[in-house]
Amino acid sequence: MADTVTVTINERKITAPAGSTILDAAHDANIHIPNLCSHEELAPYGACRLCMVEIGSREKTKLVASCIYEVADGLEVRTETPRVNNVRRFVIELLLARNPDAPVLRKIADELGVKDTRFKKRNKGCILCGQCVRTCREVVGVSAIGFKGRGVTRKVSTPFDESPVDCIACGSCSYICPVKVIPLKEQDGSREIWKTKFPLQKCKKCGRYFAPVKQLDYFRKITKLPKERFEVCLDCR
Amino acid sequence: MKIRNPKELEKLRNKLLANKDPQKPCITICASSGCVALGSARLVDVLARELKERGLEKNIDVKETGCHGFCEGGPLLIIYPEEICYLRVSEKDIPNIVAKTVLNHEIIERLLYKDQVTGEIIVKQSEIPFFKKQERLIIGNNARIDPSSLEDYISTGGYSALAKVLSQMSPEEVIGEIKLSDLRGRGGGGFPTGVKWASTRNAEGEPKYVICNADEGDPGAYMDRSVLEGNPHSVLEGMIIGAYAIGSNAGYIYLRDEYPLAVTRFTLAIEKARETGLLGKNILGSGFSFDVTISRGGGAFVCGESSALFASIEGRSGEPRAKYVHATDKGLFDKPTNLNNVETWANVPLIINKGAEWYQTIGTKKSKGTKIFSLVGKINNTGLVEVPMGISLREIIFDIGGGIPKGRKFKAVQTGGPSGGCIPEQFLDKPVDFDELVELGSMMGSGGMIIMDDRTCMVDVARYFLMFLEEESCGKCTPCREGILQMREILDRITQGLGEESDLETLEQMSQAIMDGSLCALGATAPNPVLSTIRFFRDEYEAHIRDKRCPAGSCKDLISYSINQATCTGCGACLKACGTNAITGEKKKPHSIDPEKCIKCGACIETCKFNAVEVS
Repeated sequence: MADTVTVTINERKITAPAGSTILDAAHDANIHIPNLCSHEELAPYGACRLCMVEIGSREKTKLVASCIYEVADGLEVRTETPRVNNVRRFVIELLLARNPDAPVLRKIADELGVKDTRFKKRNKGCILCGQCVRTCREVVGVSAIGFKGRGVTRKVSTPFDESPVDCIACGSCSYICPVKVIPLKEQDGSREIWKTKFPLQKCKKCGRYFAPVKQLDYFRKITKLPKERFEVCLDCR
Repeated sequence: MKIRNPKELEKLRNKLLANKDPQKPCITICASSGCVALGSARLVDVLARELKERGLEKNIDVKETGCHGFCEGGPLLIIYPEEICYLRVSEKDIPNIVAKTVLNHEIIERLLYKDQVTGEIIVKQSEIPFFKKQERLIIGNNARIDPSSLEDYISTGGYSALAKVLSQMSPEEVIGEIKLSDLRGRGGGGFPTGVKWASTRNAEGEPKYVICNADEGDPGAYMDRSVLEGNPHSVLEGMIIGAYAIGSNAGYIYLRDEYPLAVTRFTLAIEKARETGLLGKNILGSGFSFDVTISRGGGAFVCGESSALFASIEGRSGEPRAKYVHATDKGLFDKPTNLNNVETWANVPLIINKGAEWYQTIGTKKSKGTKIFSLVGKINNTGLVEVPMGISLREIIFDIGGGIPKGRKFKAVQTGGPSGGCIPEQFLDKPVDFDELVELGSMMGSGGMIIMDDRTCMVDVARYFLMFLEEESCGKCTPCREGILQMREILDRITQGLGEESDLETLEQMSQAIMDGSLCALGATAPNPVLSTIRFFRDEYEAHIRDKRCPAGSCKDLISYSINQATCTGCGACLKACGTNAITGEKKKPHSIDPEKCIKCGACIETCKFNAVEVS
């Protein structure tokens, strides 16, 4: 297999590494495709459907999610067709109905020329992009949270909606959330996330609370470094 | 007992046939889910006891069989060799049947089929109009064999196709035969089976998997269920043949746990096949090994979608993934996988035994063979029918299905399940095959046919299917999860008389976005019921939106019930049927309905023999 392939995006010939997605190839060529659920640290997922593009030759085209579809030699891609924009505008309106105020959604809506959603606002907050769930599984490696329910009742949840047994309180889910709906609070030597308080480790040198004890335990286990190393903060190490 | 080679299988078959006296009386009782629900399991016990008490148990065989298809007449009891077919048999009929029919060859007319139009009484099952126009290649054996008996299956020619394949054909020859037959997938898509097999065989990667998709979930559809319950070995034999052709040693059947009887019978079939050497290592001494694992599904509709099905078997939640790479290359556990539906697998032994050329003679140019449909809804003969491809909708609905109950008017038939569409009266003479149905804005789907009469509101039908899909959407992608909900809410408004002129255009635009934007086929086809009803019943939508009127008299917010004082005879039937005491009146004098108390359930209309209850 050749290392690179040549594709056409919006009538422009582009060379991209074989195996990369349309979204990546377009990004490298400075062609903007709106997207929400994809993240460079996470495996392609294809759920939000904002990054839809039209592929194929004029007579026989179809819409695919550019964040999952891999480039191939001779592939013709168009990123701004009426069909594509119809889907994107619809999707952003649907997401705005879940969270009308999130800056990240407002920005995409502006790009697409959508002023507001015509749908009933339900203010659910979470837009179910799954970045938190996937980060927890793919990056952190603990799978403390997941999806429950299906259809419109789907939500991100801890197992049985109880205190998450496997959570290490690292806060990655809260950090990555594009609409900032996973609250994280630190107070009096503990970090609160997923309605659970996790004690923080006090630095043996400077006395500052610097990280959740469970997170440090987890790091210790996977790095197999001595316990003492995790008793001092990064600054004092 | 092990059957070590094809010769021994033939020997066993001959022995079974020689021991069978075709003249020995045999009473069969349908023991499929439908008839069991109507009490057929008790019938078997009562019949066995009755025969024993009369000392007849050695002279007369009693056999539980699979679904005959004529569910409207269940429980079915048939007495061979005369083929006397008794319908709606209850426990208290059993002593009579034994005393009169079994002992004295006297026929009990009351239990026979009576034609609703001509009044003709019919004794033999095969002469009942419901069965006459059918071509029962797949479900025909359901009525003849005991699904829990491997011997029964073998004596009707079972596993002879497998023996033929293993002893006389190369895998390529088997694929060639299936390709030549033009068999297309019965699960809905209609993809050529032979081509799929060849792709999986030629794909790189080991092991290769063969899967039977038994996650039937369309509302009102139970074809696959009845094949699995009635003739599990036919599906298993098809799978083993397919595995041999594809070069697979491991198979799965994804079977929903909501089909407990199918699970029980298929489990038994697997065990018996393993015991006898028809499944497992070195099948029939050929050196070929293959085994099947049952993976029980939790009943999510979306798990019938191949990639969600794989995820579920793999132990993850049943969510689809994008299918830009074919399952034949990367399917279950990312290995080459061949997934076929129950009915497709059941067609395989038939094609091998009778030959692709014979199979080619049945059906239309591009759709060969037969198709099983479940006829439900407003139809006289509710049940399963198997017909050659190309038969007209009219023949299925009127000649076989017996038309619409209570002399009402046919309005539409919904085919293809929630992804399908509604076909109106003007197309009743169209032939039924994969491509014709697509042209009519519907699809073959797995074979559900829901018949609707003039009292069915098409807006409400579209709404019903959206509600179904809204619940069954996995929720992963935005257009399907949120979009179906929004479309359904527009339909809610329309049926409540709150529709707006722009709604139809909005619905069509949203449909396009959901079809284009969804991750899997569930979402991509979800708008079909809406689009097809708008296409053929636009006037009904417009009546709701413009005139705030439901022409079918079904949408509760737009109708009121009254009793025609001139035609009401005061029989009191409606008064008894009314659950909210909304109907009052003296005997033999016209009754009336109190609109305050009436909940518009329609119970009065159903009971009135004089068409005096009116909806406006």
